Parts: sequence; structure tokens; C-alpha cells
Amino acid sequence: MITMENVSKSYKVAKRNAGFGEAWKSLFHREYETIHALKNVSFTINDGEMVGYIGPNGAGKSSTIKILSGILTPDDGTVLVDGRIPYKDRIRHVKEIGVVFGQRSQLWWDVPVIDSFELLKDIYSISPQSYKQNLEELTELLDLGELLRSPARQLSLGQRMRCELAASLLHNPRILFLDEPTIGLDAVSKLAVRDFIRKRNQLHKTTVLLTTHDMQDIEALSDRIILIGKGEILMDGTLDDIKKGGENIDETIAELYRSFDV
Amino acid sequence: MPKNYRDKNGDVPTNNATGDVSKNTMAQDESSFVAKKTSALKLWMRYIGINVRCTMQYKTSFFMMVLGQFFVSFSVFLGVYFMFQRFHSVKGYTYQEVLLCFAVFLMEFSIAEMVARGFDSFSSMVRTGSFDQVLVRPRNEVLQVLGSKFELTRIGRMLQALLMFVYAIPRCGVDWNFAKVLTLLFMLIGGTALFSGIFMIYAAFCFFTLEGLEFMNVFTDGAREHGKYPIDVYGKKMLFFGTFIIPYALVQYYPLTYVIGKNDNPLLIFLPLLALLFLLPSYAFWRFGVRSYCSSGS
Repeated sequence: MITMENVSKSYKVAKRNAGFGEAWKSLFHREYETIHALKNVSFTINDGEMVGYIGPNGAGKSSTIKILSGILTPDDGTVLVDGRIPYKDRIRHVKEIGVVFGQRSQLWWDVPVIDSFELLKDIYSISPQSYKQNLEELTELLDLGELLRSPARQLSLGQRMRCELAASLLHNPRILFLDEPTIGLDAVSKLAVRDFIRKRNQLHKTTVLLTTHDMQDIEALSDRIILIGKGEILMDGTLDDIKKGGENIDETIAELYRSFDV
Repeated sequence: MPKNYRDKNGDVPTNNATGDVSKNTMAQDESSFVAKKTSALKLWMRYIGINVRCTMQYKTSFFMMVLGQFFVSFSVFLGVYFMFQRFHSVKGYTYQEVLLCFAVFLMEFSIAEMVARGFDSFSSMVRTGSFDQVLVRPRNEVLQVLGSKFELTRIGRMLQALLMFVYAIPRCGVDWNFAKVLTLLFMLIGGTALFSGIFMIYAAFCFFTLEGLEFMNVFTDGAREHGKYPIDVYGKKMLFFGTFIIPYALVQYYPLTYVIGKNDNPLLIFLPLLALLFLLPSYAFWRFGVRSYCSSGS
């Protein structure tokens, strides 16, 4: 179970106007602006739930994921994931979670994907039997087959994303955080990724928290939606709550953003 | 503290536990400690393996780099060579003695650079946010950063150091015995640790500045260039700096005087190992950096 209670996080960001003169000035005197990435964020996610976490760019989605996966320490509030405080108990915590950042790769660029997997096996100290079993299952579900033998740099984005998903699940985590897993993918790959996430949730009861801008992801995957804007939780409900009129979902969401003025 | 203890063992340790039991748990702790270290070492070897395989993907680049590394050091060697064509000794050190000093120092540096290269190129890891990836893995951060890069091309530099060893060892007039060989070995160990520590500090700075700090190169590449001569050549102030601030002299000047017979104090044999202590403040500073890490971008 994941609980966040009154979690706040702010960053100091250096600001300057455009131009060389300004850049020179900022070398000596820098103005900082405090950005409140998260303000009193609270929510609870139960085991086996699949939750879509949406909001415009810069709303605080990634910050939330980073706090939940132990990368960032919140300024304020309590975070508990299966009884662990992620940023305090980092090593024990990350054994039980899988994380995919859609914009970054966790695979070694120049070696065949299978080499990366083998290394992950050692990093997570996965036993040979469960490694073999997990790999077989993931290979079949994600149709990896031949991909495993090519270096990551030669894969297409869609192929790579399938490998990333497999890489984050080799140690059979109970919780999966996905930060924009379908970003930049073509239709076929998107469908494959969605299909896989759904199956994973059904078969292993994996708790999934995914951020996305693609409303079809949400439609296909999650019953529950948490909407965040300007660092605050604006809505926590179901897809039906949003789709009151039943019109196009993108428009509905845009309308929702506008109504909350984010 | 007590709270941690409870967390680890799952229950509160009772005070009236018998001696046997506590001994037993101690043995268990010890064996799990050893097991942890072996598994860390094993993982590190795996990291090296994957890095080497990555390097081998670009074999032309690899050979060019090795060659380049060799010639960079070779040109420094030429500087020493020409210096000794004109002067027959530098502050009482002969050509062969200086070469021995140079070879040890260069070797220390090259090993550290090969092993701890991950710290050297750490700024890009912080800037692009790939350090996030390190933090979501259930392993020590230092181990993972070390594993992120293994610079095999430093073999070029080592080759140069090795050649100088081969030349200087029989010619420097040292009556080699076990103690002296041991001293040389300790110098290599201490020096590698020292440079790794400096690289670690360099990396820790990146948490605060995001960019690498070029001035830190004074203590790495700069030291490598100047360390070809025993540090007392540069005067008292430098010797003080090299003894108490960043202890280069511990792995270079002091033990060297023992090896070449200028000083007979047997304590000097073990002095280089003192440089290992430099890793403590380096690691503390690194931990401090990790704690204040705030990731970048989406």
C-alpha cells in the first residue's frame, strides 16, 4: 500500500533573462525563485490498483514518482510504501519496486540487451531459477525474442521500451512506477505496452502508478485517476467522473485543466 | 541507534541473552558481512566486464586512445629526460631515482583513473539525471558509480609507467630487499586510494555545482605532472601541503626516501597506508552530496 500524506517539495531555480549580458550578470549575482513542485499532496493507493496520474507539464508528476521511488526527499509530510519510508530505507525499498522513466534508458547502450539483463540479475541478486522463469515470461509477453541479442542502441524506441519494461520487472517487484511509458511510441508499440501493463497487473497483482499525457493510456488502463496541477491534487476519481458528457477524452481533460486554471 | 537495531533484526535484542547466542549472532554478522563484500566484488567484476565489452565495440577508438594515453605520458618523460641531459641531479636525486618516483606516481594515478573513472565523469551523470537510475537500484551508490565506467584505455599510461619501472628498478642503485618491495607495493595501494579519494571529492562537488570543477584538475592531472619529482623538490611549503592537506607525500616522497636509502626509519614502509585514511573524509563529503541531491528534469 502506498500512502502520501501532506507531502510538500520545493526547488530553488536560478532565473535570468535571455542574452549574453544577462548570463554574465548571473555569474555573480543570481536570482532564485522557489518552485513549489508539490503542495500538501495526499493520496492512498491500495495493493493491486492501477492508477493513472495525470496533469499538465510541470505539475509535479515526476517529483511524486521520484519521492515514491526514494530518489528525492520531501521537505515535509510522510510517505510510506508497504511500511517503508522510501528515502530513508532506500536499498530495502528499491528491491521491491520497478521504475521506468520513459525519457531515460536503463540499458547499457553498446551491449546486447541480454547482457544488461544479466547485470541486473546480479544487481538485484535474483536467484537463477526465478531469473530464468521471469525472463521466459517477460520474453513471451513482450515478444522480445531476437531483440535480446541486439545492442540497445540499435533498437527502435518501441522495441527499446519493451526491453525497458522487462528490465524493470526482472526482480518481480510488487509495485511498478511508470513515468510516461508510451511517450513517442507508434500506435502498434503503444498497444503492445498497454496490453502488457494490463496483463502484468492482472496476473501478478502488481500495483501500477503511471503518469502519461496520452489519455488513451488512461482509458485503456486505469479505473482510477489522480489529477495534479501546480503541485496540488485537484481530483481523485474514476474515468467516469471525468467523462461526464462522453465526448472526446482529450477535450474533456483540457476542459478540466482549464476549469482548475492549471 | 537502538531503533535501527530493532529494524534490522525484527525484534528488540534482550540484554539477558547468553554469551553463546551473542557470539553466534556475531559470527553470523561477520559471515554476512563477508558475503556482502564478496557479492559486491563479484558485481563490480561484472560491471567491468560489461564496460570492457562496450569499449571493444569501438576498437579503433580504443587503440587510438591507448596510444594517445601512452604518448601523453611519454612526452612528460621526455621532459625529464632532457632535464637530466643538462643537469645530473635535481636536488640530490639521480635520473634513475626520479624515474622510479615518476613511475610509481604515474602507476598510482593510472590505476585510480582506470578504476574510479566513474567519479571523474560524474558531472554528466548528475546533469542528465542518470544518477536517478543509480538510486533506484538496491546497491551502494559508490559501487554503482565505480561500475558505471571502467577506463581500460588507461592501460596506455600504465604501459609507460611499467617501462619506466623496468628501466629504473635495476639501475637506481637500490639494494632491493623484501622491505623495499613491500614499501613500493604499499605506495601503489596508498596512492591509488588517495587519487580515488580526490576523484570522489571531485564528483561530490558536482552535486552542488552540476558542472565538473576544472580547478580540481590541479589536484589530479596537475599532481600527476608535478609528482614526477619527489615533492620536496618544490620546497618546504609544498611539502607541508603534501603532508597534511592532500597527502601526496605519504605515497611518494617519504616512502621513496626509504626505498632509495636516504632514510632508514622502518616506519616509512607503512606510511603510505596512512593515505587510505584520506578516503574517510572523501566518503563523508560524498555522502553529504548524495543527501543533498536533487534530480533534474522530467
